[in-house]
Amino acid sequence: MDFMVFQYPMISVQACLDGVLLGILFALIAYGMALQWGVMNIINIAQGDLVILGGYIAYFMYLYGIHPAWGVIVAPVIMYFVGIAIYKLVINKVVDRDLFISILATFGISILFMQLMNFAFGADVVLANSDYGTTMLFNNNVVLPNSKIFSAFISILFAICLVIYMKKSKLGRAIRATAQNARAAKILGVDTEKVYAATFGINAALCGVAGALISITFTIHPYMGLPYTIRSFMIVIVAGLGNLPGVAMSGMGLGVFEEFADYILGTEFRIGSVFLLLVLILVYRRFKLSRKREYLK
Amino acid sequence: MKLNKIILSFVSALVILFSTSVASFAKVVGDKIILGAAISLTGKYSSNGVHTQNGYNMAVDRINSMGGVKVGGKTYKFDIIYYDDESNPKRAAQLAERLISQDGVEFMLGPYSSGLTKAIAPVTEKYGVPMVEANGASRSLFTKGYKYLFAVLAPANLYLDVAIDLAVEKNGGKPVTVAMAFEQDAFSQDVRLGVLEAIERTGSKKVIDDKLPKELNDMAATLVKVKQMKPDVLVVSGHTKGALTAIRQISEMKVDVPMLAMTHCDAAKLSKQHGKNSQYALCASQWHKTLTYKDNFFKDGMTYDADFTKEFGYAPPYQAAESSAALLVFKDAFERANSFDKVKVRDALADTNMQTFYGNIKFAEGGQNVDKPMVLFQVMCDGDKCENKVVAPTKWASAELIHPIPSWSKR
Repeated sequence: MDFMVFQYPMISVQACLDGVLLGILFALIAYGMALQWGVMNIINIAQGDLVILGGYIAYFMYLYGIHPAWGVIVAPVIMYFVGIAIYKLVINKVVDRDLFISILATFGISILFMQLMNFAFGADVVLANSDYGTTMLFNNNVVLPNSKIFSAFISILFAICLVIYMKKSKLGRAIRATAQNARAAKILGVDTEKVYAATFGINAALCGVAGALISITFTIHPYMGLPYTIRSFMIVIVAGLGNLPGVAMSGMGLGVFEEFADYILGTEFRIGSVFLLLVLILVYRRFKLSRKREYLK
Repeated sequence: MKLNKIILSFVSALVILFSTSVASFAKVVGDKIILGAAISLTGKYSSNGVHTQNGYNMAVDRINSMGGVKVGGKTYKFDIIYYDDESNPKRAAQLAERLISQDGVEFMLGPYSSGLTKAIAPVTEKYGVPMVEANGASRSLFTKGYKYLFAVLAPANLYLDVAIDLAVEKNGGKPVTVAMAFEQDAFSQDVRLGVLEAIERTGSKKVIDDKLPKELNDMAATLVKVKQMKPDVLVVSGHTKGALTAIRQISEMKVDVPMLAMTHCDAAKLSKQHGKNSQYALCASQWHKTLTYKDNFFKDGMTYDADFTKEFGYAPPYQAAESSAALLVFKDAFERANSFDKVKVRDALADTNMQTFYGNIKFAEGGQNVDKPMVLFQVMCDGDKCENKVVAPTKWASAELIHPIPSWSKR
């Protein structure tokens, strides 16, 4: 264990800021997961792989001389149609089935995507350079790459747009109605099949935005999707479905937690600490639930 | 129905008979010596797996076109049976078993990476099949007492220790402070052991010793500590992703460190992704085209580089060069053994003492090559064009080491 992070206050500030910026990005991916989980009752194991695919779109734009930041517009458009295609080919066959079946199906999609990306793009680690420079704070003691700030800003922008869209648009209202009660929505004339397809498409589009931002901020690799799936699962578990402020707070909290775990326990336990936190939260929830049951008795 | 069953049994019997008859002669069929290799053609190691395969194929074509292998007064040609191990150690071990027990292969070439070589070595050892490998550098491969494993490359613990020696030399012989960040795989941990030995030998001090996860894409925490502790040397080993992540975040976070030494970095890849930000990075390498080793098949490093580029359309990384060298070692051993007897070939391999374009090859008892030092090159850029320039050992240095690395504010 290394407690350097507490010995030097500036490292704590750095960890907090890094964590918050990172957490906002995680929250965007988690929001997509919460949306389709809430509407379709599907836990998408391929969430992280959709993110990585979005990252490759930005990377290829960068390779062909287009600034990768344009990826945040192009990737969601392409990924929306990828999402619709996945829905039509696989998800619509499992949408009303047991949760376990949908987990298996999306697990299969995840493996397929990993192998296809590896086949198409190669196994090399790649990244897209934005050349956005760096912001120095507190007498150069805290360093924030502008790419991280850009990522957080774009994530917030997309989240706000989505909230407005869900509240104001016809499709948004239909999605919310389906999430509340699919059968009632159907009776009232909502084409739930279309709503499901659009929801999966929107989720894939959000993953596309996040992927483009990750290729600008970090690195991407065909097999790097799973940690993003785990993180979004974790955030949704903590925040609950259909709770956007909760998802944002939980995302930022997870980001800061990860950063501190990285400093204290070491980088090798970064993802491990997320798993541990997930287990602790599930145990705590169960404990709270059992107390409530006793009270009801 | 009954007739169908009889026909099916007959056909199955024929297939089994045919396959066993092929197996019993598979090591040498006609004028062909069949070697077996499980290579990562898909999965996370597929890039380097393809380099390995290209290196093997290039050497097979060259040896075959230049007279082949002479054993017992007869000329033979090399041929290789490849299987895709999917970058999966379990699969690699299964395929090694299949190559030996079903395909009848009696001589093996190694896979890519230390992890997969570790999975295959117990199988080749069990069957007494000599394996010349070119891409497994982990020290643990050479301490298990394997008798049939031979590696043409230098072991992993020798990758970066020379960087510590170089830093001490540049510090006027005084000890230095070292920050280390290593992935938790067998290879990187062996590189770490070598660095720790060098730190102890020179009386230096380690100030950071971070372990990196295999899904690494963010090492900001390590770099913040580096900024705070200001070490003389930062050593990173985490395959290509470690090198790319380190360069990206060092340049973004403006981390000034007098010496940055890494594994798996190559100027072409680094500068393609990072441009001039990769400048001054020191990279450990098994081979460089400017080294002056020679042989009769590929002449020298420069010729190998040109021929390989012509054939495959890209400059050969060291993974390809060492794979080609493995075939030269097999040819030499077959000719000296003058036999296809596995034990005789194994003994001939153990007595190898030769020079190839890739370097001198002489095996220690554990199977590692003890006659070929590592080289350290520095990424140097002229405008937007970046190149690897050998800076150590001084015998092959083609450029003077730039030390300390200029600070980001002066670049």
